[in-house]
Amino acid sequence: MAERYEVRFSGAGGQGLITAGIILAQAAAIVEGKHAVQSQSYGPEARGGASKSEVIISDAPIDYPKATLVDACLAMTQVAADKYSDTIKAGGLLLLDDDLVKEDPKGDFKIYRMPITNTAKNEIGREIVANVVAMGAMVALTGIVSKEAGEKAVLDRVPEAFKELNQKAYAAGYDKMKALMD
Amino acid sequence: MAKKVALLQGNEACAHGAVYAGCTFFGGYPITPSTEVAEVMSVELPKIGGAFIQMEDEIAAMASILGGALTGAKAMTATSGPGMSLKQELLGYACIAEIPCVIINVMRGGPSTGMPTGPSQSDVLQARWGTHGDHPAIALAPSSCQEIFSETVRAFNLAEKYRMPVQVVFDEIVGHMRERIEFPEPGELEIIDRTEPTVAPEDYKPYDTQFGDVAPLAAFGSEYRYHVTGLNKAEDGFPTTKAELVDAEQRRQIRKIEDARADIESNEEYQTEDAEVIVLAYGSTARSGRYAVDRLREEGVKAGLFRPITLWPFPEKRVQELAKQTKGIIVPEMNLGQMVLEVERVVARDCAVELIGRVDGEPITPTQIMDKVKEVL
Repeated sequence: MAERYEVRFSGAGGQGLITAGIILAQAAAIVEGKHAVQSQSYGPEARGGASKSEVIISDAPIDYPKATLVDACLAMTQVAADKYSDTIKAGGLLLLDDDLVKEDPKGDFKIYRMPITNTAKNEIGREIVANVVAMGAMVALTGIVSKEAGEKAVLDRVPEAFKELNQKAYAAGYDKMKALMD
Repeated sequence: MAKKVALLQGNEACAHGAVYAGCTFFGGYPITPSTEVAEVMSVELPKIGGAFIQMEDEIAAMASILGGALTGAKAMTATSGPGMSLKQELLGYACIAEIPCVIINVMRGGPSTGMPTGPSQSDVLQARWGTHGDHPAIALAPSSCQEIFSETVRAFNLAEKYRMPVQVVFDEIVGHMRERIEFPEPGELEIIDRTEPTVAPEDYKPYDTQFGDVAPLAAFGSEYRYHVTGLNKAEDGFPTTKAELVDAEQRRQIRKIEDARADIESNEEYQTEDAEVIVLAYGSTARSGRYAVDRLREEGVKAGLFRPITLWPFPEKRVQELAKQTKGIIVPEMNLGQMVLEVERVVARDCAVELIGRVDGEPITPTQIMDKVKEVL
């Protein structure tokens, strides 16, 4: 059977995590021509509440579109880290936003911490691109799509005026994650 | 030239499929989890000279597409749960007056407001019997974004060909998930338009049986003048209570779909040839079913999947055949037992029939299905 690779972006509504998932799926399905399915679940509130976006990537058609055992998970709130880390597979990866998640959830997975929101706010200058910083970091962490494919997908989905901002955010996330992994 | 591809939600694919099919009128009232269908239609229809109207409520939205359809347009609306309940009276009107139109129902839990953002498949019997009175029904249940596109096209084709409302029902999972879509080239998918009258306007009858069970439909407001009513009517469109006319009219409407089953029914079968247990599933649940079948086969369990793409009319003949060659049929559905009733009806006692019902707003997982298969064996 074909290999499925499962990625989960989790946090609170309004943090742009569904968009981050869409961009990763775009990079895999459109830029790289793999099979990918992106799905999401969220509460009826527009902001706040627990939110998650999942991307399944495979070299064959994907049947079940939701995560079964997650290979790599991002958590941008403590609530999300606690709620969504229990389905990470043994030896899987968990990236936490160091600014927003204080306690490490327990489990058999490798935890990385990165100041995602602070990087967006202080280095890039706009907190709103924290999701793109996170997206860059997840591409570096998983290697599931190339750096270039991820960047192309980001640029495909943002308006002209915000391309440079998002490009910087993506590169910052990617490079910081690479440095953490070395 | 390479085909145009895009990463689209099922709901977005639905709207693009409608435009491909030739839809030029959308009357709607946005409701989660169907809203993106209306959003995309509001962007796309003006580009092709079509019209999008956001009506004051779901009832008016349904009324507007009946009006649009009668004037000659291919017309569609989209809704969910409580909105679908509101449309039932006018859906019946579309049935009796034989008005071609397409209704998209992205199902959510209920009754009433239920769970707007959670997936459900609890409107599948409503799709058959939601409006009162005897009437034929066509309901299609796609399970991927590409199939939502193509089944929406097919819904228009069937609506126009058989002069009746056609529903496309899918759950929030396929409505909101994103997959790669290949846009078919113009002409790649068959497009069927309604049959228009060839007789002189003064000889026109809107339910003329000399042309078979489906009469040509003239554009309302053209030189062809005729009467449209929700009452039982004669061939000329005017109300009648004559027993033999009413009886013939009602039976004709059921017959036009019963006789066309081969054209309307559509299923997918996977590993059913030697299956000892068959999972009968539709919509997103069929994706869990297929995943479960693959895992079970790896374990040496002879499982198969039967996926009705046309839910109504239900593919009873094929299910009857399968029941005779298998030990059990498992019906996973995100409700507490709806299509399973139809399966039980057609299977009679030829094999075991087991339901996996789920109504907590979570998808039915492959593991749930695998466990049930092992239980039945």
